[in-house]
Amino acid sequence: MFEEIISSLRRNKMRTALTGFSVAWGIFILIVLLGAGNGLIHSFEGQSRRRALNSMKVTPGWTTMQYKGLESGRRVKLNEADMREMVFANKANIIEALPVVTQSGITISHGQEYVSSSLTGVYPEHPTVEIARQKSGRFINNIDIDECRKVCVIGDKTEEILFPQGGAIGSFVNASGVMYKVIGVYSDDNNGTQSMFIPYTTLMTIYNKEGFVSRILLTTKGLDSEEENDRFENDVRTILSQRRNFSSEDTGAVWIWNRMKNYLQTKGAMDILTTAVWVIGILTLLSGVVGVSNIMLITVKERTHEFGIRKALGAKPRQILALIIIESIVITSIFGYIGMVVGVGATELINTVVENMESEAFTDPTVDMSIAIEATLTLIIAGTLAGFFPARKAVSIKPIEALRG
Amino acid sequence: MIHLKDINKTYNNGAPLHVLKGINLDIEKGEFVSIMGASGSGKSTLLNILGILDNYDTGEYYLADKLVKNLSETQAAEFRNRLIGFIFQSFNLISFKNAMENVALPLYYQGVGRRKRNLMAMEYLDRLGLKDWANHMPSEMSGGQKQRVAIARALITQPQIILADEPTGALDSKTSEEVMGILKDLHAEQGLTIVVVTHESGVANQTDKIVHIKDGIIGAIDDNSNHDKVMEFK
Repeated sequence: MFEEIISSLRRNKMRTALTGFSVAWGIFILIVLLGAGNGLIHSFEGQSRRRALNSMKVTPGWTTMQYKGLESGRRVKLNEADMREMVFANKANIIEALPVVTQSGITISHGQEYVSSSLTGVYPEHPTVEIARQKSGRFINNIDIDECRKVCVIGDKTEEILFPQGGAIGSFVNASGVMYKVIGVYSDDNNGTQSMFIPYTTLMTIYNKEGFVSRILLTTKGLDSEEENDRFENDVRTILSQRRNFSSEDTGAVWIWNRMKNYLQTKGAMDILTTAVWVIGILTLLSGVVGVSNIMLITVKERTHEFGIRKALGAKPRQILALIIIESIVITSIFGYIGMVVGVGATELINTVVENMESEAFTDPTVDMSIAIEATLTLIIAGTLAGFFPARKAVSIKPIEALRG
Repeated sequence: MIHLKDINKTYNNGAPLHVLKGINLDIEKGEFVSIMGASGSGKSTLLNILGILDNYDTGEYYLADKLVKNLSETQAAEFRNRLIGFIFQSFNLISFKNAMENVALPLYYQGVGRRKRNLMAMEYLDRLGLKDWANHMPSEMSGGQKQRVAIARALITQPQIILADEPTGALDSKTSEEVMGILKDLHAEQGLTIVVVTHESGVANQTDKIVHIKDGIIGAIDDNSNHDKVMEFK
């Protein structure tokens, strides 16, 4: 049986090669496209994994609307009492609220070295919401908070400048006249200047902030859809607007930056991307199938006379049908496999290149082996169907007509 | 061997064309018969019906005591494979198969293993003096050689009957004589039943019985065992 097929495939090398190419190309494009899509998706997932997804930042700003006779453009201030009230009113959706207070225009120095920076007063849980990876030492703890200790966690770039010889931990740094003991070093993904972390209570006391916070970090729960997130943001803004006399529709008065909503939106975009990649891939695959089908049609037409001879010699319709279909399956299988292997090879190659570049926009652009195999199997099944209809046509021709043709 | 009773065949391509108008014919086992007629006389249609390549409208056709009527394509294939060997005017070899593979093809459809069928194909090629050409493609052979390959292919299943449609139509007179000689020998030595369709009187004269067909009706059946019916043939 296979001899029959191989001999007929060999007879028309050009035709076989063209059919094979369209099949291999379809699979190849599908796999490379899926790989590229996966690269974007993996990168997005990797980035969002680093920070708590259910986090939200509330930052006081300036009013942009007049409200009850009050002018717009007023500075909005929030204090700890506002925060507590806001948390109390939304207990169901808030796990934790962390106030953050900052002091800018600070020069940090150690010996001859100095760096312009700012101070950020934080609670121990701060790194669960914001990116601050502990590089060495420890972060601020509850005792530091309770005792208003003058301890600090400096950024790794600050460390490089202030302590070129190392030995930062345990040393003291001077921050605009106040001495802090370095207890740890953190790293982040920012390229700009790194703020120095000190205990929240210490900053409040030293700079006499009277309980006014720079921003509030929230970790939320039970907000799974965009609608729920919108509702929650509105509730938060309404509470604060009542306490601070601004319109509850004034989005400038308090800026709310919601990571979950951001994530959901990006995720929506990624889902669309995935669908688009699949649609394009499947259409490419389809063009491969149409190619096979087309060539099988031509083949059948070209070989009508030969089938007539075979029928005269005693070939049963079933045998002719099998001959054509198996030929189609052999072409799609072999070349589908080649396309799959080359496609997977290409994505692995891109992966190596991307890894060497340490790019964050594109991570692990590979395709699951199971998907690659499924796509190939789909194509083989499609190839079978592509062969079936022309084959049935060939079989239905009477032997005498086939012989004349 | 062959028993035809009142066979009618009409083609319906646009205007209906009544090609065979009640054919009655008996061919016994071991006969060497030619069917002779001008083009359009219906002789090829008759041969196609004998070979179950085409169907007929009314009448009865018995081949080896079996009624051949309204067969499914699968049954027809089985009949052709087991009972009939075909020789065509245009040889009808498969162009991408060599001589041996062409000869072995009918055995493939009988389910004979490759080694055995190739061995048998070689044997038949040898009988027809083409052993050295076994691995040649049809395009590398002369017309006479191709027809001999086709004869080997027709013989390999040891059929009850050989049907030859203008077997010399595409050959020059010398090779024509050669091919007719082979058919005559097959008849004489193995007692094969052979039916040859031709419009050449010279070819018909080589056979033992000549069936004249004209306008879809059998005109005369001449006994030609002395091969003297057609005088101009030398």
